[in-house]
Amino acid sequence: MSPSYLAKHVEELKPSGIRKFFDLASKMENVISLGVGEPDFVTPWNVIEASYHSLEQGYTAYTANAGLLELREEISEYLSETFSLTFNPENQVLVTVGASQAIDLALRAIIEQGDEVIVVEPCFVSYSPAVSLAGGVPVPVSAKAENEFKILPEQVEAAITSRTKAIVLCSPNNPTGTVLSKEELAAISEVVKKHDLIVLSDEIYAELSYDEMATSIAAVEGMIERTVVISGFSKSFAMTGWRLGYAAGPKEIMEAMTKIHQYTMMCAPTMAQHGALEALRNGNDSVRDMKTSYKQRRNFVVKALNEMGLSCHLPGGAFYVFPSIKETGYSSEEFAQKLLEEERVAVVPGHVFGDSGEGNIRCSYATSIKQLDEAMKRMNRFVQKHCK
Amino acid sequence: MEEKEIELLKLLEKNGRIETDTISKMLDIPSDTVEEMIQKLEKDHTILGYSTLVDWSNVYEYEGVAALIDVKVTPVRGVGFDKIASRIYRFPEVKAVYLMSGAYDLSVSVEGKTMMEVSRFVSDKLSTLDTVLSTTTHFILKKYKHDGIIFDNDDDDDKRIMVTP
Repeated sequence: MSPSYLAKHVEELKPSGIRKFFDLASKMENVISLGVGEPDFVTPWNVIEASYHSLEQGYTAYTANAGLLELREEISEYLSETFSLTFNPENQVLVTVGASQAIDLALRAIIEQGDEVIVVEPCFVSYSPAVSLAGGVPVPVSAKAENEFKILPEQVEAAITSRTKAIVLCSPNNPTGTVLSKEELAAISEVVKKHDLIVLSDEIYAELSYDEMATSIAAVEGMIERTVVISGFSKSFAMTGWRLGYAAGPKEIMEAMTKIHQYTMMCAPTMAQHGALEALRNGNDSVRDMKTSYKQRRNFVVKALNEMGLSCHLPGGAFYVFPSIKETGYSSEEFAQKLLEEERVAVVPGHVFGDSGEGNIRCSYATSIKQLDEAMKRMNRFVQKHCK
Repeated sequence: MEEKEIELLKLLEKNGRIETDTISKMLDIPSDTVEEMIQKLEKDHTILGYSTLVDWSNVYEYEGVAALIDVKVTPVRGVGFDKIASRIYRFPEVKAVYLMSGAYDLSVSVEGKTMMEVSRFVSDKLSTLDTVLSTTTHFILKKYKHDGIIFDNDDDDDKRIMVTP
């Protein structure tokens, strides 16, 4: 088939740099992967069992477009209890197919051809392509290593033009694990309000914050009317394969998102929604146990990496550390490739998450302590060999 | 007890062979302190020992049966159930003894080489104790899960794909 059949803007999308490492790593034996962006835990049994039960009961049909009302009510209550955010479950909460779909819907609901969206990098690989696919222009702004990868309000302000419509923020962050404090979010909010922007706040890792609970930017005064909170069940409840997320935000935006969702997706999978209901109702203990384990592993990995000479800050959330590999003299890509070939440890080179990630690598600690221990030993050997 | 001590106990309860250095990094406390904490917990009998969970059904040469025995007894004024419990738990065949609520008083776990050996223990030693009123013996046919660990578990095999965003 002639390539001219393909839409130009799709052809122009760069393939994700992660793909390459996936291909390399999956052909090798005895690889310890620190490249996985999902929990190593299996979904809590009570959630699986609740989903089984719903299937046995015959809940196999579509739900309302926005998702089961019961689930939206639970989500609304959760957001209220955890972040003091008030959203009406009837028209301000939408259940989606993963947080990824929520991001896509939010972007498509607000972007017109040529609108600019500020994307704070390093970040999850999908934001910029999703902006482009919605007809917008992604404007990357780089959070700097020297600021522990926290974006500064003046950096945001400098990137704003007359076409800027929105900003995508993610805290706790993938890939850096950085958490923005309430004060830091408030400072960014000032710029957002001044320039009348919308915030798409990806809070998928909010539950996985270890030192203090992450705050939502929507909780900053005057922000709830201009923020779409995006989250889901994948990370905190170890439910990545269930593909279940949600968005909550201003009524007009949520109605627009629901309209697109209705025409393109119908509704999120029903059995997954029943599982999610159980997760929110009775999943706290499981989340707490997983969190304790992640926190211990985080401490372990950060200590081990700093000891071997790959400096990294103590990230407040998610399950990633983002150490600098500049000391070795290699680029992120070279480091990751050599490490994989010589020591069979897979990490993700930082530049795939944005230019400012160059010089760092992402190590996921969502892996058993036994595996992490071995991975750190291998990495230490590698670093001692290559570091002059 | 401090929060860190409880965290330490939970780690050791799950894996008695975990290295001090690993614990030190995980809990963010110096190795020496970890050693001191462990010694203190051993000394005050909070840590009673370190054992290994073995799936003996994987060992062809191993012969053994286990039974759970419900025991009804007459409690004795002044010492309650403690005296009879201690008469029972001193037998080396007895691996565990619990005082229970409900239809019987003591739950006794017994191991022996053969069913005959366990039966003989029940009829000769246990039932003949002074305050024992009755015993009901249940032989264990298969162990699925013990102390939080699932036997025949394939959870070690990681079902995730190698690298994901």
